[in-house]
This record gives sequence, structure tokens and C-alpha cells, in this order.
Amino acid sequence: MAEILLADVYKSYGKTEVIHGVDWHIEDSEFVVIVGPSGCGKSTLLRMIAGLETITNGEISIGGRVVNDLEPAQRDIAMVFQNYALYPHMSVYNNMAYGLKIKGVPKAEIDQRVREAADRLEIGEYLGRSPRQLSGGQRQRVAMGRAIVRKPSVFLFDEPLSNLDAKLRVQMRLEIKKLQERLGITSVYVTHDQVEAMTLGHRLMILNDGYVEQLGTPIEIYENPLTKFVAGFIGSPSMNFIETRLEEDATTVKFSHKTSFRLAGSYPQFKGRNVSIGIRPEHFFFAPDNPEAIPFRAEVVEHLGADTLLHGTVDEGESELIVRFNGISTVTQGETVPVYIDPANIHIFDAQNGKRLEVE
Amino acid sequence: MIENRPFVTFVSHVVLILGIVIIAFPIWVTFVAASHDAVRMTQVPLPLLPGGHFFENLVSALTKGVGNAREQSVGLMLMNSLIMALMIAVGKIAISLLSAFAIVYFRFPFRMMFFWMIFITLMLPVEVRIIPTFQVVANLGMLNNYWGLSIPLIASATATFMFRQVFLTIPDELLEAARIDGAGPMRFFKDILLPMSRTNIAALFVILFIYGWNQYLWPLLITTDKSMYTIVMGIKSMLEAAEESPEWHLIMMSSLLALLPPVMVVVFMQSLFVKGLTETEK
Repeated sequence: MAEILLADVYKSYGKTEVIHGVDWHIEDSEFVVIVGPSGCGKSTLLRMIAGLETITNGEISIGGRVVNDLEPAQRDIAMVFQNYALYPHMSVYNNMAYGLKIKGVPKAEIDQRVREAADRLEIGEYLGRSPRQLSGGQRQRVAMGRAIVRKPSVFLFDEPLSNLDAKLRVQMRLEIKKLQERLGITSVYVTHDQVEAMTLGHRLMILNDGYVEQLGTPIEIYENPLTKFVAGFIGSPSMNFIETRLEEDATTVKFSHKTSFRLAGSYPQFKGRNVSIGIRPEHFFFAPDNPEAIPFRAEVVEHLGADTLLHGTVDEGESELIVRFNGISTVTQGETVPVYIDPANIHIFDAQNGKRLEVE
Repeated sequence: MIENRPFVTFVSHVVLILGIVIIAFPIWVTFVAASHDAVRMTQVPLPLLPGGHFFENLVSALTKGVGNAREQSVGLMLMNSLIMALMIAVGKIAISLLSAFAIVYFRFPFRMMFFWMIFITLMLPVEVRIIPTFQVVANLGMLNNYWGLSIPLIASATATFMFRQVFLTIPDELLEAARIDGAGPMRFFKDILLPMSRTNIAALFVILFIYGWNQYLWPLLITTDKSMYTIVMGIKSMLEAAEESPEWHLIMMSSLLALLPPVMVVVFMQSLFVKGLTETEK
């Protein structure tokens, strides 16, 4: 059990800076997720917490102890790797016991801890096998077992589910969540998959190009993205963006040369400025009776069963949009339907720096 | 491609059998010659069927010695060869493993320069540096002993390079997992790297054992004491018996004995040997 404190953490390789100052206080027993596109530095940050990468500048402490100069083994952490990193020549049992053996834990206790962890993860019957005789999901469990037996104060996960097939991924995701809740061990989880991020984390860090874009709970981030990057990254299918201009009345934006739309608030300080308006596909709804509805022409219809995705445009090809309707929609290809958005669900960002514009 | 043409099958079998016969014939002649007595071996034509003196010759060669090397039994020469070959093989593997470990896993100044220096020694085999090496060995007082026989042959760029390639295929995550488990460098080497390169070590052992066993020039140069003769050079000296005709039956028996250890090494380590050279999955 421990809290993790990142204070102004920087990382550079030679002259190239890859992490540009991260501050974060991770509470005890919290499950946090670092999410971002590949190459954003999320794994580097995790590896700095683990001690596998040096810290160029700043301070990391775990459980109140500054760990900058400690070896990974001294940091009281356990890590689960993307490709499992099981020792191929050792049995499952020895894989799990190896760390304890090095620590000099008595044999009887090792045995008891390994069996306990194996039972918990339902891999008891594979203890004698070698990793190559196991399937991907089983290997993943062994890797987690290896982390659990050490009874660390922090769990680190580096994209642990990326090598699994879709169905197994959902199942393991749930198990990781339950496991973390039951053990109550502070966990840091790195992923590029926003669904994993949203479902697992108590809090998320959205990282882009080594900069922290936003910190917050999944709901906060979904409802209130602070930058255009976050808005586009979280949510699937991703948010629609329309590049336009805030009109002189400071409250309407044009969808196209014909169609304009009124925003919920007024932004007098930004009038005349180029903006991006963001609308999530799920916030459109069918509005035949609304005079302000936008005429949306569906060009491709994708039936997913639970909902229907319509790819199309507004006003002869201007403004491409994705619209998501619940259930099986009867809209056919080529049909134009009136759609409407609650103005409260519209996000508006500065076109230059991507920052969210706030109502004055 | 699977073909079912009896004629092609027949011809290919004939070719293969012919190949085996050609390879096996000298060994057969050696075996036949080792089973006759001295008198029969001086008569023409040479026998092609085994005689009845095999075990007699075997005992004589193992205990009494042959020709110019009369004072030394073949048994002792075999023992010398075995010790030399083992020292070379084990020494080469140990040194190469450690140097490859250093080059792959440690960041020290001039790392690549050291790697290339090791690599460049490929251009300097014993034959090229034989006089300076002899000088060094002589000055160190290692003439006529096992150290002198093996140490100059131990350094090996080939094996270092091979282990380097093996280590490079081992994923970095394993090293990281081991670090998190608290394994220090030597612990990682012993618990992870060594077991994972087991098959490669075995394959290299086979090759290096045979290399060591077949050494001729170097032992010839540094051993003057007959008690240090190795079998390969010993056989040569058997031919130089003064004032008598070579004892072909015993020489052939010695050759046969000299063949045995390398063959045994290959036979017993065959499966590991093949795995070590072909297996890529780590």
C-alpha cells in the first residue's frame, strides 16, 4: 500500500526531451491509467516509476520514499509486461517463485504464496508446465501471478492486454479490475486503448507527445475534455470536428454555407475567431420536428447491432460527420435525415492551440 | 514437393548409397587393417576382409605404444588429447560467454571498439601468429604441459560473436523482469542467460571439441616431451620408426581409437547440436 508522487518529472535521451514535466499525486489504493497514442512517452513514464529508466530531472517517490536512485527490486513494485516476459526455461511455479527466492524468502512460505496466487488466478493446474505450453491468456495470468506473489505496494502494467484476442481482452480487463479492487494495491496501468482506460481507471492521465493533456476521472474527461486532442482521443467512434468560425454574435457557428448552429453559451471574447466544434457521434439524435435540425445525408450505413453508425455529410459534402443512433436504424444509404444536438453537448476549441473555450 | 516416381527414387538412392560407400571405405580399410597382424599387412594385396587379431592389436596399442612413440602408449596419448580438447572447448565457451555478456549487456566506454578488436582476431589464427605465440608460451614456462597446449587456442572471436547473436535475440523484457525480481547481473547470467543458451552451448561444444581434438600443428610445436604427445600428432610420429617398416596394423588401430571420442561427442549431443544451430524461438 503506497501513494506515488511524481514531482516535475523530466526525461531526455541525449538532447531529445521525451517527457516534459509531469506532476501527479497517485493516491493509495488508486487505479490510475496513463493513456495516449503510441510514442507519447507513456511507457517511458511507467518505466521511470519502475526504475528501468533513469529520471533526468524531478523526483519520484513511492510510499513517501524517494526512489530516484533505487534499483527496481528495491522499489517494492511488481510489473506486468506486454509480452509477459516469462522466463521460458522455468516452470510456471519457478517463474512465480523466482523473485521470492532471490529475496531469500523461506521455501515453505514461497510455496504457500505461489499456491495462493495460483488459486486466485485459477492457474493451479498449470504450475508444473513451462510457459510455452500455455495459451496467451494463461501466460498473462502467470505474469500477473508473478506480480501478486511478491505482495508489492505498487503494481505496474505495461499494455498487458495488447497481445490477447478481443474476447479474452474484455475478460482479462474485468479480472484485472476485480483483482485490483480486492487487493487494494496502488496500480498504474499504461495503454493506448481508450476503452481499457475508461473502464479500468479511477483516474486517467492523457499523455500526448510527452505533455500531460489532462488528468481526471473517466467521466470528467469524457464530458469535459480540456483540449481538442483529448476530445478526439477519448470516445469511439471519435468525436466529429468541424473547423469553422465563431460568428460576430459570439454564439452561432456555421456548419456549412447554409446551415448554422446556435451554441449553448456566448463567447464574446472569442468572436470572429477560428474554432473547432466537437460533437460526439452519440449526441446526435433524429429530430424530424425541430426547425433547427441539420439536414444530414447518410452515405455509408454500418449496422453494429446495438447501434448504427452513419457516415455522411451536411450540405453537399461540406462537413463530414459520423452519427450514431441507438439500435437498428431504418435510415438507408443516400437518405437525408434531420438530426439535432443538444447545444450543451457541443464542445468548442480554439482552432490554433486546441484549448477548450470556456463560457465567460 | 512430394513426388512419386519410382525411377527417380531409385536413382537418388543409388547416388546416396554410393556417397556413403565412398565416405565409409577408408574407415572400413582402417578397421580391416587394425584387425590383421604385422606380417599380413606387409603383403600385397591389402586385405579387404577383417582378420582375427583385432583385440590383440587393441591391447597392444593401448598399453605398449607404437613405432617411434614406443615409450608412450596410445592410451596416454588419447588421454592427453582428451584433456587438451576439453580444456579448449570449455575454456573457449566460458570466455566467449562472459565476453559476449559484457558486450551485449553492459554500457562501458569503448564497448564497440572492444567488440571489433575481438572480431579482428579472426584474422589472426594460430598459424599466422605461431612464432610470437610460441615465444610467449615459452617465456611463460608453459612448454610441455596442458596449459601450453590449450591456452593459446582458447580465445575465440567466433564463439563470442555467436553468443552475442544469441543474447541479442533474448528479449529485453526478460532482463527487466529479472531486475524487478531482484536478480543482479551475475544472477541473471546464471539463472536466465545460461539456461536459455543451453542448446547453443552444446552445439558450440561439439564444434570446439572436434576443433581441439584435431589440433596438429600447435601440439607438434610445443611438445617435445613424449609424455605430452597428443594422439593426432602421435600417429604421425608412429610412421617415423627408424630402421623398421611401419607397424600398419597398430597405426590403424590407433587411428581407429582416435576417431572414437569425436564420434561419440557428436552421437551423444546430436539432438542438442541440431537444436542449437537451428532453433530460433526464445
